[in-house]
Amino acid sequence: MQKKNVRPDDFEKRRKHLKNLSDAKLKQKFWELAEKTVDPLVKLAYKNTTPAIERSVLLRMGFSSLEAKALVEKTIKHGLISKGAGHVVYRLSKIKNLEIRDAGLALIKDKYWKMVKDSFEVKK
Amino acid sequence: MKPNEKLDIREILKDLDKYEPRRRGWTWRKPVKNLELEGNQYSDVSEPLKNSIPLPGAKYFNDIDPQPIQVITSEIASGRFEDDIRRMRMAAWHGADHLMVIRTAGQSHFDGLIEGTPQGVGGVAITRKQVRAQRKALDIIEDEVGRKINYHSYVSGVAGPDIAVMFAEEGVNGAHQDPQYNILYRNINMIRSFVDAAESKKIMSWANILQIDGAHNANATAMVAWKVMPELMVQHAINSLFSVKSGIKKENIALSTVPPTAVPAPDLKINLPYAKALRDFFDEYKMRAQMNTKYMESSTRDATVTHVLNMMISKLTSADIQSTITPDEGRNVPWHMYNVEACDTAKQSLIGMDGLLELVELKTDGYLPKKVRELKERAILFFEEMLLDGGYFQAVEDGYFIDSGIYPERNGDGISREINGGIGVNTVYERDEDYFAPVTAHFGYNNTSQYNLKANESPSKLINGSTFENRSKIQYIDELDQEDNVNQRLAEKEKYLNSNLIKPEVEWLADGTIVLDVTLPTSIRYAEAAGLVLAEKMNLLEPEVIHKEILHIAEATRIQIKGKVDFDINLNDLTLPEEPDILSDNEIKEFVNEHGMKIVAGTVGEDEHSVGLREIIDIKHGGIEKYGIECIYLGTSVPITKLVDAAIEANADAILMSTIISHDEVHYKNMKKTHEYAIEKGVRDKLLIIAGGTQVTPELARNQGVDQGFSRGTKGQHVASFLVKNKKED
Repeated sequence: MQKKNVRPDDFEKRRKHLKNLSDAKLKQKFWELAEKTVDPLVKLAYKNTTPAIERSVLLRMGFSSLEAKALVEKTIKHGLISKGAGHVVYRLSKIKNLEIRDAGLALIKDKYWKMVKDSFEVKK
Repeated sequence: MKPNEKLDIREILKDLDKYEPRRRGWTWRKPVKNLELEGNQYSDVSEPLKNSIPLPGAKYFNDIDPQPIQVITSEIASGRFEDDIRRMRMAAWHGADHLMVIRTAGQSHFDGLIEGTPQGVGGVAITRKQVRAQRKALDIIEDEVGRKINYHSYVSGVAGPDIAVMFAEEGVNGAHQDPQYNILYRNINMIRSFVDAAESKKIMSWANILQIDGAHNANATAMVAWKVMPELMVQHAINSLFSVKSGIKKENIALSTVPPTAVPAPDLKINLPYAKALRDFFDEYKMRAQMNTKYMESSTRDATVTHVLNMMISKLTSADIQSTITPDEGRNVPWHMYNVEACDTAKQSLIGMDGLLELVELKTDGYLPKKVRELKERAILFFEEMLLDGGYFQAVEDGYFIDSGIYPERNGDGISREINGGIGVNTVYERDEDYFAPVTAHFGYNNTSQYNLKANESPSKLINGSTFENRSKIQYIDELDQEDNVNQRLAEKEKYLNSNLIKPEVEWLADGTIVLDVTLPTSIRYAEAAGLVLAEKMNLLEPEVIHKEILHIAEATRIQIKGKVDFDINLNDLTLPEEPDILSDNEIKEFVNEHGMKIVAGTVGEDEHSVGLREIIDIKHGGIEKYGIECIYLGTSVPITKLVDAAIEANADAILMSTIISHDEVHYKNMKKTHEYAIEKGVRDKLLIIAGGTQVTPELARNQGVDQGFSRGTKGQHVASFLVKNKKED
C-alpha cells in the first residue's frame, strides 16, 4: 500500500457494492473475508515449527525449561529441528532403550547425536 | 484461615514443589434470577459472597452486597508477587473474581521460561514458582469469599508455547493470546508469531483456558484512538477465527473490546455504535469489556467517570467480563487502594444499572443503526483491500494497522513491520515428512503413523503420558538467582512480617509511601514548587507531585504529592479509643420502664438539618422512642437558651443537641455555650448534654464541656445506652 499510504476518506465511493446487502449478508461476507485472511496463516502454522514449539514439546515430555532450551539449541545445531526435538529424544530412547529423560540428558551432554542423525539418515 | 488474620506468605511458599492446582479451566459466576435482598429485586446478579466488603451505602440496607452477573477483573502486578497476593485478597473481598497479572517489562523477548522469583518492573516475572504461589493463595482466598477466582496472565512473546504449557500444567484459568500483539507492539517476527500462536492456542484449548485477545492495544496506541474502529473489528476477527481453527471453542474466546474514545468527545455517540457493531458480528464469542486508557490523565476522578460511562455501554450491549482499570493508572503502577476503588466502581455501576435493558432499548432507526452499519462496511472494505494487496503479512509490512485514519481514510502513520524482520526472524522451520512430537495438544502436522499410532490415539501414549496426563513428570525449579528472589526480599522486610510494627504502604509491604492532597492559593507553577517545600518541611522523603489541578489560574491549585516516611508505628504503643459500650434493647427498656426518661432535642444555631436527629429519636427509624424514652423535639435552628430552658421546664434528664454546620467550628462553640448556659441556670449537674453531628469528634466535644459527642454512624441504641448508663451511675 506504499503509494496509497495517504488517502482521503472515500468510503461512499468504495461501499457501493455493500450498500444494498442485508445485515445478514454483510455479516456473512465479513466472516468469509476473515476466513480467506486466516486460512493461509493456519496452513503456515500447520506445516512449520519453531524453537518455542519444540521447547513446549520437551516440557510436556518431562524436561525442565533449562533442559528444553539446551536440547532445542543442540537439535538446531545438528540440523534435526525439522524432525522435531521431541522426536530426536524419543528416537534415541528407542535406539538405546533409555528412559525419555535419560535420553534427553545424554543428548544435552553431547552424547549419541551421530547415532540419532544416522537413524534419520541426515548427513550434515 | 480466619478472615481477621493476615495471609502468611512464607506458609504459601512452603512445599510449592508439591502443589497441585485444584482444577483447570475458566469459571463463570452463577446467575441468580430475581434475587431479592432487603426488599430489592435484582435482574442481572450472581450468587452473593460468603465474605465481602459491601459498598459504603450498604450500611443503610443491612449490609447487603449484591454481586453483578459479570466476572470482574482486577489487574494486579506491582513487581513483587508476594505483595500482590495480599492485594488479590483485598480485591476479591471487593468483588473481583478474575485476577490478571501483568508481566514484567522484557518478558516478551525472553526466549524460554523465566524461573524463580526475580523482582519485576511494571509487572511480575511470570514463572512457575510465582504462578504456583499465587494460584495456591487464590485457592485460600476463593474459599474465604465463597466464589471461584480465575487467575490470568499472558501467553505471548517468543516463548508463547512454553508459557502455554506451564499455564496448562499449573491450572491458570485465563490468558491473553494474540499474535498480532507480538507483531505490532513487540516487534516479534510475524511468521514466528503466528506459527507459535497456533501451538499456544491448541495447548490452551486442552486446558480450557479462556482466551482474551489483544486488540484493545490498538486503541491505546493509535494517534486518533476512535478512528481505528474498523481495523479493531478486523483484528478481533483474525485472532478469533485463527483461534477457532487452532482448536479453541468459541465460548472460550473473549474479545478485548474497549470504548475507543472519551469525554470531552461525545462518548456514547461514538462508543455505543462501535460496541453494537462488534456484538452484531461477534455474537458467538464472549465480550471482555475493557475500559478506555488512552485519554487517562492523573486525575482519579476523571478516570472514574470515564470508567462509569464505559460500563453503561457494557450494560447497554453486553459484557461477559468487566475489566477494571485502576483510576491511578495514568500516574503510576496501580496501588492497593485503587484496585479496590476500581472494583467498587464496577460493582456500584453495574448494580446501579441492574435491569437497564428492561427499562430502555437501543434504537433501531436513525443515527445508531446508521453508524453501526457504516463501521461494519468499513471493516469489510479493510479486509477486501488487504486480501487484494497480498494478505495479512503484506498488509502489516505496508503499514495497514494502527493508521490514524478511519479506514478507508489513510494518514500513512501506521505501524509497519517487515515480513523478514523483527525478533525471532528466521527461526521458523518446515516440518519434514517424518516430523513427530510425542505429546498431547500439539498443533499441526505430526507423523504418528510411523510409530503405528492410530489417528484417535494421543501421541503421548508412546512415552507413557506427557505431563498433561502425568503431573509427576513436571520438573519444578525453585530459584536460579541467589540474590534476586522472594526469600531475600522477605528477609529485608523481616521486622514487618507478622509483627506489631507497621508502616504506610501503597504497593509493597512497608514501602512507606503516603499522599498529601493540598490546595494552595496560587498559580500552578508556584503551587508545584510550594508543594515540594511543604513535603520537605513535613520530612517526606523522595517527594514528587503526582497530580495538579487548576481550581482557578490565579486563586488556587490543588496538588497531590507522594513521598515516603521512614518511621514505624508500633501497634503495642497505641491507645485505642474505647469502643462504644452498648446495652441490649432489653436492658435499656427495663431501666426506662422502671425509672422513666425524658429528653429535649433540637438542631441548634442557624441550622436547618433535621434528618440525623430524627433518626436518633423516631421510633420508625429505630430511634430512642422505642425504648419508651419521652422525647420533646423542638425542631431546627433552635436557640441554645431555648433548648436549656425547655429542658428545665420539662424537668428532662438530658438534652440532645444536633449540630451539622461546622463552618468556623461553630458546632463546638455552640456546645460550649450550651454547657455554660446550663451552669448559669444551675442545672448542669443534673442535666446530661449530648451533642451529635457528622463533623463531631467525641473527644473534642467532651473538651467543650458536654457529656458526650456522637458522630456518623450513630444509632438510637448508642445514645440510649449512654443515657441509661449515666443515669445508673447517679
